[in-house]
Amino acid sequence: MSTHAKGPAPQMPEKHYLNSTYGIFSWLFTTDHKRIALLYLASVTFFFFIGGFFAMMIRLHLLTPSGLLLSADTYNRMFTMHGVAMIFFFLIPSIPAVLGNFLIPLMIGAKDLAFPKINLLSWYIYVVGGAFTLYSMVSGGLDTGWTFYTPLSTVYSNSAVAPAVIGVFITGFSSILTGLNFLVTVHTMRAPGMTWFRLPLFVWAHYATSVVMILGTPVVAITLALAGMERLFGLGFFNPAMGGDPILFQHLFWFYSHPAVYIMILPAMGVISELIPTFARKKLFGYHFVAAASLAIAVIGFLVWTHHMFLTGQSTYAALVFSFLTFLVAIPSAVKTFNWTATLFGGSISFDTPMLYAFGFLGLFLIGGLTGLFLGCLGIDMHVHDTYFVVAHFHYIMVGGAVMGYLGGLHFWWPKITGRMYPEWLARIAALILFIGFNLTFFPQFLLGYLGMPRRYHVYPPEFQVYNVMSTAGASILAIGYLLPMIYLTWTAFYGKVAGGNPWPATGLEWTTPSPPPTENFEVTPVVTWEAYDFHNRPDLGLDVPEHPAVAPNHGGD
Amino acid sequence: MQSPLPFFPEQASNFAGNVDNLFLFVLLTCLFFAVMVTLLVIYAAFKYRRNKPGEVGSLMEGNTLLEIAWTAIPLILALGIFAWGAIIYVNYRTAPSDTLDIYVIGKQWMWKLQQPNGRKEINELHIPVNRNIKLIMGSEDVIHDFYVPAFRVKMDVVPGRYNTMWFRPTKTGKYHFFCSQYCGTNHALMGGWVTVMDPAEYATWLSGEVGDVNPASAGEKLFTQLACVTCHLANGTGRGPSLNGVYGAKVLLADGSLVTADDAYIRESILQPKAKIVAGYQPVMPTFQGLVTEEQVLNLTAYIRSIQSQPVPAKGAGVAPAAAVGKK
Repeated sequence: MSTHAKGPAPQMPEKHYLNSTYGIFSWLFTTDHKRIALLYLASVTFFFFIGGFFAMMIRLHLLTPSGLLLSADTYNRMFTMHGVAMIFFFLIPSIPAVLGNFLIPLMIGAKDLAFPKINLLSWYIYVVGGAFTLYSMVSGGLDTGWTFYTPLSTVYSNSAVAPAVIGVFITGFSSILTGLNFLVTVHTMRAPGMTWFRLPLFVWAHYATSVVMILGTPVVAITLALAGMERLFGLGFFNPAMGGDPILFQHLFWFYSHPAVYIMILPAMGVISELIPTFARKKLFGYHFVAAASLAIAVIGFLVWTHHMFLTGQSTYAALVFSFLTFLVAIPSAVKTFNWTATLFGGSISFDTPMLYAFGFLGLFLIGGLTGLFLGCLGIDMHVHDTYFVVAHFHYIMVGGAVMGYLGGLHFWWPKITGRMYPEWLARIAALILFIGFNLTFFPQFLLGYLGMPRRYHVYPPEFQVYNVMSTAGASILAIGYLLPMIYLTWTAFYGKVAGGNPWPATGLEWTTPSPPPTENFEVTPVVTWEAYDFHNRPDLGLDVPEHPAVAPNHGGD
Repeated sequence: MQSPLPFFPEQASNFAGNVDNLFLFVLLTCLFFAVMVTLLVIYAAFKYRRNKPGEVGSLMEGNTLLEIAWTAIPLILALGIFAWGAIIYVNYRTAPSDTLDIYVIGKQWMWKLQQPNGRKEINELHIPVNRNIKLIMGSEDVIHDFYVPAFRVKMDVVPGRYNTMWFRPTKTGKYHFFCSQYCGTNHALMGGWVTVMDPAEYATWLSGEVGDVNPASAGEKLFTQLACVTCHLANGTGRGPSLNGVYGAKVLLADGSLVTADDAYIRESILQPKAKIVAGYQPVMPTFQGLVTEEQVLNLTAYIRSIQSQPVPAKGAGVAPAAAVGKK
C-alpha cells in the first residue's frame, strides 16, 4: 500500500461505470469499454484456470518415468488443450483485451474506443470461438499439439480436430477487431495536448501489438481454414499422399504464430514501462528508444518465423538468413531491458506489489530472452530443438514475462478498475510464491532439455526423473501463487479498502478521474500539458518536488 | 559416470564437442549480461529506495550515447554467436562423400533401419565407431524426428520427402535415440538405441545371426524389438488385439467367420496382416514380410504359444466370445 495518503479517507464516487445501470443485460449489451474489459477478464480467467488444470495434470503425471495418472492418449490431449486454452484464449487476449480495453481510452483522454459496438462484437466472437473449442475439449478432446502440424492433424489424429480449428479460426477475428479498434482510437481520439510522444508506453506497446494482430491473424485464419478443409473434405493442401506439402503448413502457421509471441509479450512490456516509472517516481529512461523498440519488434518479428523450422530440412541458406534475423529481433528487447534498469537509477523506489511483479518480470524475461539466443543459434538448436529447453524458454517468456506483466498490471490498476485496494502484504507474499514456484517449475526444464529429453513425452527414461520431480514440486507451489490473487482480488473488488482516484500516485490520465471512473470516463475532456511520467511538473499529485531551475524538456511535443 | 544432477549428456560424436563449446560460450556471455543487469537492479533498488513518502526521483531522462552503446555491443556479440552457430550448422548440413549410408523409415510408432548390406533392424541402430554415417530418412505417415542427444544432432523425418543427416560417432557404447517431433499416441515410445561398435565387432554383427536362446524368449524379445508390443497390449486396450490366450483359440473375423489361431494363421498374420482382420479392429498392422526371417516368425509363434494360458482381457481380445462360437 502506498504510504502517500494525505487528507481525509477517500470515498467511492456516487455514480460510476459499475453502478450506472443494473441487470444482466446492462452488461451483455454494454458498449462501455470498461465493462467489456471486465467481460473479457471473466472469460480469460475461466480459460486460464482450464489451462492451469491441464498443466497440473501434466506435471503430476510426469512425476514418475512411466507416468503416474494418464494414458498416452489422455496425456497428449492434456498438453494440447493446455496449449490451446492458454495461448489462444488466455495469453493473446489477456493484456490487450482486459487492460488495454479498459485503459487505452482512459490513458489518451477519450470517452470510449473508436468503435464501441465492434468492441462488444469482438467479445462475442471470442465467446463463440471459445464455445467451439470447449466443445472440442469435451467431445473427444484434441491431441495434435497446439501447433496443429499436418498431416497428423488433418489425416491421422483421432480427436475432435475440426471443432477446435473452427474455434481458433473464429477467435482470431476477435483479435483482429480489437487491434483495429485500438489503432483507430489511438490515431483519432487523443485528447488535446496528448501528442504521440506524450503517450504512455503502454499505449505505444498496444499500438505495435495491434499492427501485429491485424497483419498476422488473417494468415493463421487462412491456414486453419485450409487445414480444416483438408480434415473435413479431404482436400490435399498439406497431405503428401495427395500431393500436398506438410512443410507449407508450418511456414503459414509460424508466419502468424511467431509474431503471436510478440502479441503476448509486447503488452506486458507496456505494463512494465508503466510500473517502473510509477514506482521509481521518475521518467522512463530513453522514452523514444523504448517506443521505437516496440515498433522494431513488431516489424522484425514478422521476419523470423522459420527459426521454428531449422531442422525440417529447409534450405541451409534460408536457415542462415532467418537465424541472422532472429539475432536482430533480440536487440530491441535488450534495449528495453537496459532502459528499464537505467530508470531505477536516481529514482525513489517503493516496493508495492506491482513493482515486485515488475522486478520479477525483469528477472524472468531476462532468462527467457537470453535463452532465445540459444535457440536462434543454429549450432545449438540442432541439439535442443523440440526438447524441454524450448518448453522452458517459452514458459519463461509467456508465463514469466506475459503473465507476470498481466498480474502486475492487474494489481496496479485494480484500484482504478474496482475503486478498492487489494491487501498489500498478502499480495506481496503471493508475488514471492509465484516467483519461487515459477523458477522451480521451469528452470529444471532447461537442464532436462540440454540432457536431451524431448517435448510431449508421456513417459521418459529414468535418468530424467530428478528434474521432473523438481518441476512438479514447483508447479504445485505455482498453483498456490495463482489461486491466491484470484481469491483476494475477487474479495477486495467488493470489500477492499476504498482506494481513491490516485492512490499511488501515478501520472497517467487514467489516474486523474475518480476510481472507479464514470461511464463517460472524464467529466470534462482533459487537456494534457505534461509528458509521460513527469512527476516534476505535476503539482496536483502533492509530492515534494525539489526546487529546480526549470528544466523543461520539450522534445515531446510535435 | 552419471552424477545425481547431470548437466551434459555424453559426448559421442564429432559434433558433440563443438556444440557444447558453443553452448558454454553463449551461456557465459548470457550469464555476464544476466548477472550484470541483476546486480544493477538490486543495487539500484537498495540505493534508491524511497525514504520519504512524498519523495520523487531525479530529472534524468535518457542518454543517447548509452543507448547507442547498449544497442551496438549486444549486436556485435549476437552476430558473433550467429556466425559460430552457422559454421557448425553448415558443416552438419553438408555431408562428406565417404559416408556409410543407412536407410531410415519412421512410422507411427517405430523406426525401421536398414544397413547397406540389407540387414534390417527395428528401433536399433548398429554402427561402427569413427566412420562418417549418413542417415537417409523418410516417413510413412506423419512427421517424425530422429534425435540422438549424445551426438547433438536431430533431423525431421517428413512424409513425401527424404531428409538426410550425418555424424561421425567417436565413442563406442549404447546411446538413446528419440523421436522428437510429436507424432501421435505413442510418440514417447518411438525410440531405441544406437550401438556404436568397434569396426571388427560391427563386421561380425553385420554378418551375424540371432544368438542361441530358446525360441519363446527369443520371440518375446522380438515382440518388443519389433514394436509389436506397442499395439498388441496385454490388457486389450491397444490398436491391435491382445494376444493373451489366442493360440489355439477360435478368433472372430471382421467378415463374421471364425478361424482357429494355429501356427499357419499366426504366420500369415505377421507377414500378410491384411488377409484376415479380427472383428472390431482396423487393418492398421504393417506387414513384416522381409523384415523377419522364418526363424524369427517361428520364435514369435513360440512366444505367442507361451502366453496361451495368460488371462484373456474382457475387452478387446481377439478371442471369439463363447456366444459367437456357439452360433456357428
